[in-house]
Amino acid sequence: MRGQEARDQAERKAVMATLAQSTGDDIVRLWKEAGLPSEAELLRGPETGLVTVRGRIGGGGAPFNVGEATVTRATVRLASGEVGHCYALGRDKQKAKLAAIADALWQDPTRRNEVETKLIAPLQAALARARERRRAETAATKVDFFTMVRGED
Amino acid sequence: MYVAVKGGEAAIANAHALLADRRRGDRSVPALRLDQIVEQLALGVDRVMSEGSLYDRELAALAIVQARGDMIEAIFLVRAYRTTLPRFGYTKAIDTGAMLVERRVSATYKDLPGGQLLGPTFDYTHRLLDPELAAGGDVAEPLQRASEAEAMPRVSAILAREGLIEPDGDMPQDHIPGDITREPLEFPMARDIRLQALSRGDEGFLLALGYSTQRGYARNHPFVGEVRIGEVELELDVPELPFAVPLGSVRVTECQMVNQFKGSAKAPQFTRGYGLVFGQSERKAMAMALCDRALRATEFGEDVVAAAQDEEFVISHSDNVQATGFVEHLKLPHYVDFQAELDLVRRMRAEHDARENAGRAEEKREAAE
Repeated sequence: MRGQEARDQAERKAVMATLAQSTGDDIVRLWKEAGLPSEAELLRGPETGLVTVRGRIGGGGAPFNVGEATVTRATVRLASGEVGHCYALGRDKQKAKLAAIADALWQDPTRRNEVETKLIAPLQAALARARERRRAETAATKVDFFTMVRGED
Repeated sequence: MYVAVKGGEAAIANAHALLADRRRGDRSVPALRLDQIVEQLALGVDRVMSEGSLYDRELAALAIVQARGDMIEAIFLVRAYRTTLPRFGYTKAIDTGAMLVERRVSATYKDLPGGQLLGPTFDYTHRLLDPELAAGGDVAEPLQRASEAEAMPRVSAILAREGLIEPDGDMPQDHIPGDITREPLEFPMARDIRLQALSRGDEGFLLALGYSTQRGYARNHPFVGEVRIGEVELELDVPELPFAVPLGSVRVTECQMVNQFKGSAKAPQFTRGYGLVFGQSERKAMAMALCDRALRATEFGEDVVAAAQDEEFVISHSDNVQATGFVEHLKLPHYVDFQAELDLVRRMRAEHDARENAGRAEEKREAAE
């Protein structure tokens, strides 16, 4: 049971990561295409605030504060009772609200599959493509050192 | 007696209207959109985010337009905006080892795991103005190269395996990172607080100080162990969820400076300076790392002989919003202050003249006798 719970949490976290990384425009477009319900009771927000970003001294040492970033959060409750949350960088309130609803819908076992296939999977695919493209563009600038052999022997 | 002088409201209102007009400029030229600034003046946006100490591209772009391109004014606007928002918390510390790297170079190792990735750099350009950019021609898509995803350990981790370099900086186990946005500066300060101040410090000021260390004022023989730029993921612990909630990614620049070795009783090891800033800015990250190392002078028993080693001097003057506030306030009305000084100087001159006259009268009398 504990293993199952941990797996559920990891999956839910991955869903929230996908939603946070995606643009509001992409979420809205897929939401409309999927015909997902956008009604939910707002328990909190959407509201914008700050988080303080932490780094580590030397990259892996003690933490220190680097600076702030804007974050928008929302909490919603569905008529069926599930409570969903979103925290995402930026100030996009519509995105935060929809992402919180998506988190709530995902927790409903009868809806999870629909949310996964119509919203999360396409968002994940788009993010993976963008990441792969960036990696490949950077890889093209990798230095291939070679040695010039000079002289007879 | 205090007399309030009023007036100037109409002049101020008209001046602000004139500012708005000049900001917009020639109406036959299209107005800038924020997405144009975010996309095409990205490094200016990054500087405003770094020194404004607020990661939000659109807000930084808005600040740049509102400030007519005056970067310090833009940074000031961003800092002011920050104070209007509630704080949700402190993120978990970012892992730069897991960065989606867009540039990574090392000046200490030619061949290192992950390789040298030049990325979108100005290095090796000829610094010739490009008339084609002025004409606004099409730009080709960048090349792509298929490659296996490769781990890219930090260079400091490679050196650490042989014990050749001091470890990443540690603080006592129960140390809570200091926060200069919450507590006033106190000297001497811990390294974590210094790094926070340096990360939002003025690029020009830190650059000049870093340069001064290279020219011999607190020389510490730096090598760029590594500079890396790319996106790192942020996570925040919140009470309503049993796991750290992912927030998305921010782009940062990290510099690992490898410096002069220390040790005789202990086995000699290279020392280090560290730089970490928002956005793409390796000049700032490198300058920060040079200053971080210089400011560790007392930690290594070095004599504090140069400006870059003087913590109170560096940290008290690194913030350009504070600096511009105090310098620029000089142009605001100081009528009463100045009136007082005027009175004082007049009185002193009168006293001076009286003394002179008395002296001359004395001389004359003596001469007559």
